This record gives sequence, C-alpha cells and structure tokens, in this order.
Amino acid sequence: MIGALGFTTPALLLALLALPVLWLILRAVPPSPARRLFPGVVLLLGLKDDDTVTDRTPWWLLLLRLLAVAAIIIGLAGPVLNPEKQTVGNGPLLIVMDASWASAQSWRARLQSLDAIIAQAGRDGRRVAAVRLSTPEQPVFQSAETLRARIAGMGPDPWAPSENTMREFSNLLGEETFETIWMSDALDRAGRAQLLAALEKHGAVRVIETTRAVLGLLPASFADGAVQLIAQRSRAGIAADIVVQAHGRDPAGTMRVLGVLPLQFDADATVASGALSLPSELRARVTRFEIKGAHSAGAVALSDDSLRRREVALIAGRDDREGLELLSPLYYLNRALAPSTDLLDGALMDILPANPDVIILADVAILADAEQSALLEWVDAGGLLVRFAGPRLAASPISRKEEHPLMPVRLRSGGRSVGGAMSWGAPKALAPFSETSPFFGLAIASDVTVSSQVVAQPDPTLAARVIAQLSDGTPLVTRKTIGAGQVVLFHVTANAEWSSLPLSGLFVEMLARLAVSSSTATPDAADLAGTTWQPIRVLSGFGALEDGSTLPGVKGEDLLKSPLGPTLRPGVYAGESRTLARNINLAGEAFAATNWPSHISVEGITRASQTPLTGILLALAMVLLAADVIASLALSGKFRLAPAIIVLLALLAPEKPAMAQTLDDEAAVNATAELVLAHVLTGNQALDDTANAGLLGLSEVLFFRTSVEPANPIGVNLETDDIGYYPLLYWPITPEQPRPSQEAYAKLNQYLRSGGMILFDTRDAGIARFGGSSPNGRALQSLAAPLDIPRLEPVPEDHVLTRAFYLLQDFPGRYARGALWVEAAPPDAEKIEGMPFRNLNDGVTPVVIGGNDWASAWAVDARGNNLFPVGRGFGGERQREMAYRFGVNLVMYVLSGNYKSDQVHVPALLERLGQ
Amino acid sequence: MTSAILRQHAEGEAAKLPPLLARAEHLAGTVLLGEHGRRRAGLGDDFWQYRPAQIGDGARMIDWRRSAKSDAQFVREREWQIAQTVMFWVDNAASMQFSSGKNHPTKGDRAQLVAMATAILLQRGGERIGLTGSALPPQRGEAQVLRMSEFLAQTPDTDSAADFGAPVASGIPAHARTVFISDFMGDLAPVQAALTQSADHGVRGVLLQVLDPAEEAFPFSGRTIFESMGKTIRHETLKAADLKERYLQRLAGRKAALSALCDLAGWQYHCHHTDKSAQSALLWIYRALDQAAFHGRGFA
Repeated sequence: MIGALGFTTPALLLALLALPVLWLILRAVPPSPARRLFPGVVLLLGLKDDDTVTDRTPWWLLLLRLLAVAAIIIGLAGPVLNPEKQTVGNGPLLIVMDASWASAQSWRARLQSLDAIIAQAGRDGRRVAAVRLSTPEQPVFQSAETLRARIAGMGPDPWAPSENTMREFSNLLGEETFETIWMSDALDRAGRAQLLAALEKHGAVRVIETTRAVLGLLPASFADGAVQLIAQRSRAGIAADIVVQAHGRDPAGTMRVLGVLPLQFDADATVASGALSLPSELRARVTRFEIKGAHSAGAVALSDDSLRRREVALIAGRDDREGLELLSPLYYLNRALAPSTDLLDGALMDILPANPDVIILADVAILADAEQSALLEWVDAGGLLVRFAGPRLAASPISRKEEHPLMPVRLRSGGRSVGGAMSWGAPKALAPFSETSPFFGLAIASDVTVSSQVVAQPDPTLAARVIAQLSDGTPLVTRKTIGAGQVVLFHVTANAEWSSLPLSGLFVEMLARLAVSSSTATPDAADLAGTTWQPIRVLSGFGALEDGSTLPGVKGEDLLKSPLGPTLRPGVYAGESRTLARNINLAGEAFAATNWPSHISVEGITRASQTPLTGILLALAMVLLAADVIASLALSGKFRLAPAIIVLLALLAPEKPAMAQTLDDEAAVNATAELVLAHVLTGNQALDDTANAGLLGLSEVLFFRTSVEPANPIGVNLETDDIGYYPLLYWPITPEQPRPSQEAYAKLNQYLRSGGMILFDTRDAGIARFGGSSPNGRALQSLAAPLDIPRLEPVPEDHVLTRAFYLLQDFPGRYARGALWVEAAPPDAEKIEGMPFRNLNDGVTPVVIGGNDWASAWAVDARGNNLFPVGRGFGGERQREMAYRFGVNLVMYVLSGNYKSDQVHVPALLERLGQ
Repeated sequence: MTSAILRQHAEGEAAKLPPLLARAEHLAGTVLLGEHGRRRAGLGDDFWQYRPAQIGDGARMIDWRRSAKSDAQFVREREWQIAQTVMFWVDNAASMQFSSGKNHPTKGDRAQLVAMATAILLQRGGERIGLTGSALPPQRGEAQVLRMSEFLAQTPDTDSAADFGAPVASGIPAHARTVFISDFMGDLAPVQAALTQSADHGVRGVLLQVLDPAEEAFPFSGRTIFESMGKTIRHETLKAADLKERYLQRLAGRKAALSALCDLAGWQYHCHHTDKSAQSALLWIYRALDQAAFHGRGFA
C-alpha cells in the first residue's frame, strides 16, 4: 500500500528490475532503413555520412518503449486506488437503523453501505443483527448471509422512532456484548441519548449518517388567496433552492404537476416559505405538495378539504329586475356564500359541465327537459341542489299531483300567507331543530319570522323529509336524497320578501351545515372526539401514496396530534362529511440535527470507492506502443504526416452527409471554375451523346478562335442538377423524352428569368417547317408550354445574333433551311436615321428556337474528327463552318449580351464627348 | 508471343495514342504560328514578284492577268519557303519513369508531351520532323505526327530499359535542328559526344532537361537506401537530410556543365520541372528553335 494506492499482486513489480536490461537490448537494434527509388542517386554516389549516431535507437524512443513495458508490468500487478480498509472486529455486530422517513432521501446509499458492512462481517465470520428503531424488536444475531438476503427488500417507514419505541428497544437488548453500528437518519429526537447510553454498555458504537440536510414540507394552508407553503431543513449552512410541486389529477384523470413553486433557503435559514397562487379549479384538484427530488414522506404535504372551496352556482328564475338589487333573489345568497365559496354565474347548461358542488335555484319553477335530465344526472352523481321557493314556484303547476323528481315534496296549490294585513295569524317563528336534522344544535334566532311560504302536501314520506319547520309544524326546509346527491327545498324565498330568514346569521349557518359553504377551519381535537376516521390513501416512507382502505380506522382524537406509528400512518382520512389529511411534519415542529457525543465516531454513508487502475495502465501501454510505431516509422522515414492526418480525420469526421456536401460542392466548383456549355439530358442515349459531342466541337472552336475557353461540356439532369451554373443550355427535342416535373419547370423558369438561355433544337428542319407540323415540333410545344417564354419572331436582320462575333445572315446546322426564332423586338423599336440598327431592347432573348440540328453539325469525336457529314463537298464544309460561326455568335451573345448592339453607338458617343 | 497477346499489347499501345496526341494538339493550340519566309523567290504560297517570262517557262506558269496589261508575258513568282528538318530525341530510359507525387506526371510523360506538341507545331509550320537514329526519318505531313506519337508511345518496360538514357545523334541530316529531351542524369560523356558530333555537322538544337520537383528539392530524411529506377545503382545513408546540401551542389554542377556544353556547341539549354505547366516548356522550345533558325543559319 502506497498512500491511496494498493496492489493486488505486488510481487509482479519485481519485473521492473528487468527494465535496464531491456534498455541495453533495445539500444543495440537500430531502426530499419527506408528504401526509395530515386533517379538522382547517381549524384549521391560517394557521399559519406557525417556522423553515425542515429545508427542507434534514439534515447527518447527507448524511453517510450520502456515506459510502455513499465506500464504493462505495473498494470498487471493490479493497482487499486483507494483500496477498502480492512478493519477486522470480532464478536456479534448489531446494526441499528432509524429507518424513518428522514432516511428515505438517501436510502439507496444506506442499503449499499449496510450491505457492505454485512458482507464484511460475513467475511470476518461475525454474527449480525439488524434492527429498525421504527419497529423495534428483539435483536437476533444470525449469519451475515441470511441477513443480507433480507435487507434488499427493506424500505423506510413513514414515521420516525419515538421516545417510547427507543425505550422499549433498550429494554430488549439483553446481556450480550456486541459492537453497534447506528445508521442514523440525522434528525435529533428525544430518547436518542438514553438509547445511546444503553448501547454503549454492550460495546463500542459507531454512527453512520449522511451530512445532507433532511428536507420537510409543512402542511399547506390557504390564506390571502394563495396556498401558503413552508419547507424546512435540518441543517443550515449553504443557500439552497428547492422546487415544490403541486400534484393532482387533470380533468382527464391523469396525475400531473398542476403548479410549481420555487423556494429558496437562505444560507443561515432552516425555513423557506412562499405562496403558490392557483386558480380555484386547479387548487381543488391538488392532492399533495411535494419537494421535487426529495423522495421522502417528510417532503410531502397531503392536502384535504381545507384547501377546497366549494363551487356554488347561483341561478335565479327572474333576472328582469335590474337595479332592484335588494329584491334580487340572489342578493342574500351572494352575501352569505361569497366569503367561503367560489360562486359561478351563468346559464344552467353552461355551468353543469364545470361540475359545481352546489347548484342553487332561486324561484326557478320550470326546467326544460334537457336541463332537467342533466340536472338529475348531476344530482344523482353527488350534487347538492338547493331550491328556494318564490312567487313563480308557487304559481307553477310542478310537483302538485306527482312529486317532481327534483322536488323533495309535493306542494299544495297557492301556498299560504300569514301575518299579513288580511290574515288572522301572526308571522310564524322557527321551531327548534330536531336531532335528526343537519341543523341540530344551531341556536334559533327569535327574530326570524316567516310571513309567506309554499306548503308541502301531506305525504307518507313527508315527516322523514322535513329538516326544519315552523313553530306550527309546517315544514320550512325539506330534503330528499337522489342517488349520491340530494335536493333541498327552502319553502321561502331567498330574499327577504317572504321571511326574514335570509337577513339572519342563522341563514349562513344553515347553509354551512348543508355543506353549501365549505368550512375551511380544521376541526380541533375536541370536535373530533368520538369520531372514527378511515384511511383512504396513506404515504409510504418514500412519499408515494398507497391505498389505505385495508387499514383499520383511527380515532378522531388521535388523528391530529398523536405521534405517527404503525397504527397511525400519514395519509388522507375520510370522515362523515369531509376528509382530513395527517402529515408527517406538523406546524411548529422544527427539525433538529443530531448532535452526537464527541467520543462517538461518525462516518458518512458514501466512501471513496476503490478504483482498479489495471485497465487504465494497460490502455496507456497500448497508446505508448502505438506512439512507438509512429515514431519508429517516422524515424525510418516511412511515416508521412499527411496520409496519417487524413486517416485520422477520416476516422473522426462525420460520415455521409459531409461527403455528399463536398460532392455537391465539387460539382458546383467543376461547373463554375471554367465556362461550361451544357445540354439537357433527354434520356435518349444517342441524342445525348450527339449533343455532348456537338458542344465539345463548339467548345474546341471557341477555344481556338475566341477568348472564350470552355471546359468539356456537361449533360444536366433537369430534375437533380443545378442548372444555374450554365449560361447556355442546349436542348434537343425528341417526342419520347419525359416531361420535367413541376419543380424542374420552376427551376427552368427561374433560370430563364435570371438570364439563362436555352437553345431548343427540334432537329427536323430537313423535313418540316417551324411549328407544330412535326412530332418534334409538337413535343417542343408541349414541353415548353409551362415555360415563361415571351413572344417570338424570326431573327430580324439587325438582331445582335447576326453580328456578335461573325457577320451572319443565316444560321445553318446540319440543315440550312430552318428558321431561327428569338424573343420579339419591342413594338416601339424604330430604326433611327443614320444608324444601321434599330435600338433594340437590352434584354438577351431567353430562348432561341430552331430545327437545324446544330449539334450534329458541330459534333466531333475525341480526336477532332467530324462525326456527321454536312451537305456535300466544299459547300457542305462551308455550311459546317457557318454552323460553327452561328455557335460562336450564340455563345458570344449569351456571354456579352447586347454589347455589340451598344457598340454601334460608340461613334456617336465619342462625337458628343468631343464636343 | 501469340497473336492474341500481340493484339492485346498493340491495342494497349494504341489506346495511349489519342490521349497523347489530343493533349499535344491541345497544347500546340495555345501557340500561334508565324511563317518564316525565305525572302527570295521559290516554292511557297505567298506572292513574291512578277518577272518576265523566259525561255523554259511553261505556258501554265504565265500569269495571264498580269501579262494582259502589257505586251510581255510575266510569270508570277512566289516566296521560297524552305522547310526545316527538326529531329527529336526523347529519353525513354527507366529514370524517366520517375514521378515523386500523384499530382504531376512522370518525367517521360512530360518529355513526350512537350516533344509531340513541338512536333505538331512544327508540322503545322510545314517543317519536316523525325526521330534521331534510324527509326523515323524526317518527313512532312500529318501522318508523320501520328507515326512519331506511335514511336514515342513505345515505352520500354522499366525493368529491361537502361537506367539512364544516352542521346542518339545518328541519322541527323546536316544543318537540321535537333531537340534532345531527357533528365540528363546519366553519364555526361555521351551527351558531350552527341553535341560535338552535331556541332561538326552544323546541327543546332535545344537541350531540355526535365526534372521532377523531388529531384530539385531532395525532401528526404532518416535512414534511407536510395535506388535507381532500374535498381542497378544504390546508395545507403543514415541521415538523408545531411546529404541535401551536397546533393544540390552536385545537381547545380551538372546543370552548369550541361549549360556550358550547349554554349560550346551553339545549342540552347533549359531546365523544366514536371510540376510546372507544360506550356512554358513548349513556348521556350518553340522560341529557342526560332532563334536557332535565325541565328544559326542566318537566312535573313
């Protein structure tokens, strides 16, 4: 062991002693010479070398080789960085794990560490016992292998060991002596010091705990229109950013992150707080808040009804009384419900899809069939429909003979009015609420009187449906259940017309009892006494929600404050009318980091892992040997830098696309580095060959006679090639050639507009006149139809084409008779007095069309022989010469435009300058 | 050799012809010709003078248009344009097959190209061309160019050929022009003999030394065994880079020796490198031949 370095087979290192011998051997063998063919060798004969030092292998090459060999030797000796310390203990080993939710953050590392400890104990032949303080039991020392198989499935518990469980465990320890390893969750709690003292009586204690701070999220509360979130941590020291996510189901029922709130711990703070503002729609959907990435039950805050605000839809039967606000049937309901609920406004059919908790119909009598069935469905699914009576309901025929599905009772026609000027009785007061009524316990306000109401028809079911009545026994509020929901009817109006009930505080309390308005306050232990709560979903130690319906119920008084344990798990509990969440962290309980006595050794969970270096050293040896190969080659002159770099680049370079790119670029450079005449590939091999040979012949003529020196002609495929590189396209026409695609036509039009020229050759002047009289002519007409071709005319006598290089009046190819058509001169072109030519347009004609088969007249083979006969005898050669001259003129015209046309003005310009 | 193999070889050789000829034509196309008239009456195309018809002049020789203007008969004389004879010797020894890189041709290739282009130019100018030795006597006409390219294309195999060529000075008519193209890496004595012999016969000419850039730069280092192309000569060195300076000195000495030889014999010497354009060599030869024509014989 050398520092942090160790060897598995140190004996191999002795081989290093052989290195000096190797040095001597290698030194004696020089590199082999390079053989070169070189005619100048005669001049070298007799020349002597100045020195002979390089006869031997140079020292640096030797060093390179020795280093390679040394790397191999050391590599084979098995070097290991940070080899694990072999601490040998004896006697039984007790592993005490806190196994609480606070350990969950680094549970994996804990398990690995635990596994390593148990494995080590197994190698040392020690018996081991592992105990979870969260569920203490008598330590059973057993063989390490048995234990190892068990720990893999262990998970943290969603509660922490309490003082009770620790005391209980210290009583279970017995008399045996053992070493203890305490895997702490780094949170201090009461009873820890006592347990430590008890453990130390049996032997040495080591502590393993993480230095990471434990994160916790306090239960969320709703204040100031936003969800207030508070996170805490066990250790301050460095500033940290965390993200709190609100999880819930989206309308499709999928769990999603509904909101995100970043929080920041200041460097010296253990608490970070913030407010998350969510729309009530979303807020109602939130099931839990969680610190992102913490994966611990402590970092989860479950939400219950306390965050929910009920959504209440208010619908009035008459809204034609604008301005009379105090008479509006909804005014008092608005006032009563606005502080504690979210009110929805709108048409019934618009509101129903939003699935409100409560719908209040104030004096609404008749519902359309669709509305009624939708409403019925909604109530059946658990909605609460509250109806208020009023003049309309009293006047309507509903629920008179038959009980209306959306009315709790049948009504007598007309209703009654008491205490008015024309009636005998005084206004009636409320009777005390019966025990079965949901309003039981509310104080009756004596000033509440009812002067008018609708009256229920006596029915066998009526008594069970009355939940509030007047002092004379007349039902005031009736209720019936429909499926999971219920319908409640107030027999009075929602405004103060028929009774003073809406003016009283009792009205608000009654609405709250009906769970119309949501009670946001968390009940206290006294409220919960005697109730039993059923767990719906409970948290695992890692903070995942699990089904809790198989767990036994919990007493209400224990639910809020009792320490968590196997019988009281954190989770969501359902009571009669609401749900309550029990979280791990309670407001006001701060985290405290552990503070172990100084004589206890505390280790981190993770240790520097050992790194075998064999592979690295052997790789290094290979690299050195490769360098040796290159150096040896270089020394003997066989190594060429350029090919090596090319090979390297080829290995490193990205593949195909770059190659294609370079190929494209290469083609473009080839096409543009020199002037290239081009012809359109027609698909007819013989025709294409002729066109190519023709352009080759023309290129040769141009080369010899003019300063235009074209390279070899190119055939272009209209579909794939870029035609913009070529100033002139020769296009022989054949009836069977395929029509170009739309893209190709677009390309051609672009080409024509941007100054390109196409020479169309129908090659049939020997048998046909210009036009559609021949198959080739018709093919040309169909091919050129989509092209942007201007009006044409036969070449006029004064066209620039007739004098661009040679003076010409006819343009023969293999045939001499055919006409040549170019873009028509503008109609206003007039011949000026004294000028030989008209002042024609500046533009170069984009197309030249003829049928004289010029390519055949121009065509030459590779040796310069003419391929096709033209005419007969000397006259034929003359015609060929004229064909060449036409070609020269055409290329000149393409390249120099109307330069020649402008030339005729030069004398006039000079004359003017002279004046 | 069976006829099949012979045919195959012949086709292989024939395949070489068009490219060489085409490239040579291309190269020759870059030079514009000027006629060199003899400033005296003789056979030629250009008008020289009218002279009175003498006894012995055939009736066909009388220029009737001129004669109709006066009583005497006149004969139209043309300027005498004499054709020169230009003989070529192109080294085809093994050393000429050397090329140090893929980007430039072998020395032999370049030498043949320049010779052919010169020959084409001369043929267009109406000169007689031929190869030294007995292979191809001087003649006029397009066919001679073809024949010459055939002879040049008959490159001997590298293995059987001599390592370094020696100029053949036989078969040169007196007062002819001569073009020697070689790398002149071999023994200088045959060169000297050839030049002396030529000078004795009033033969002038040009000496074009074609060298590879590697032979000029000597870009070698390390332990090396240098071998001639035929592998008959070898030289081993442990440190090639050290030899560079002395090699270059010797090369410069050789060039100076060749130049001095040429001066003595009234020839002209030029060194051409294969990485340069062939056109420069062609232009130089053409100009040098022109000078040789005027200064050598003084027809003016």
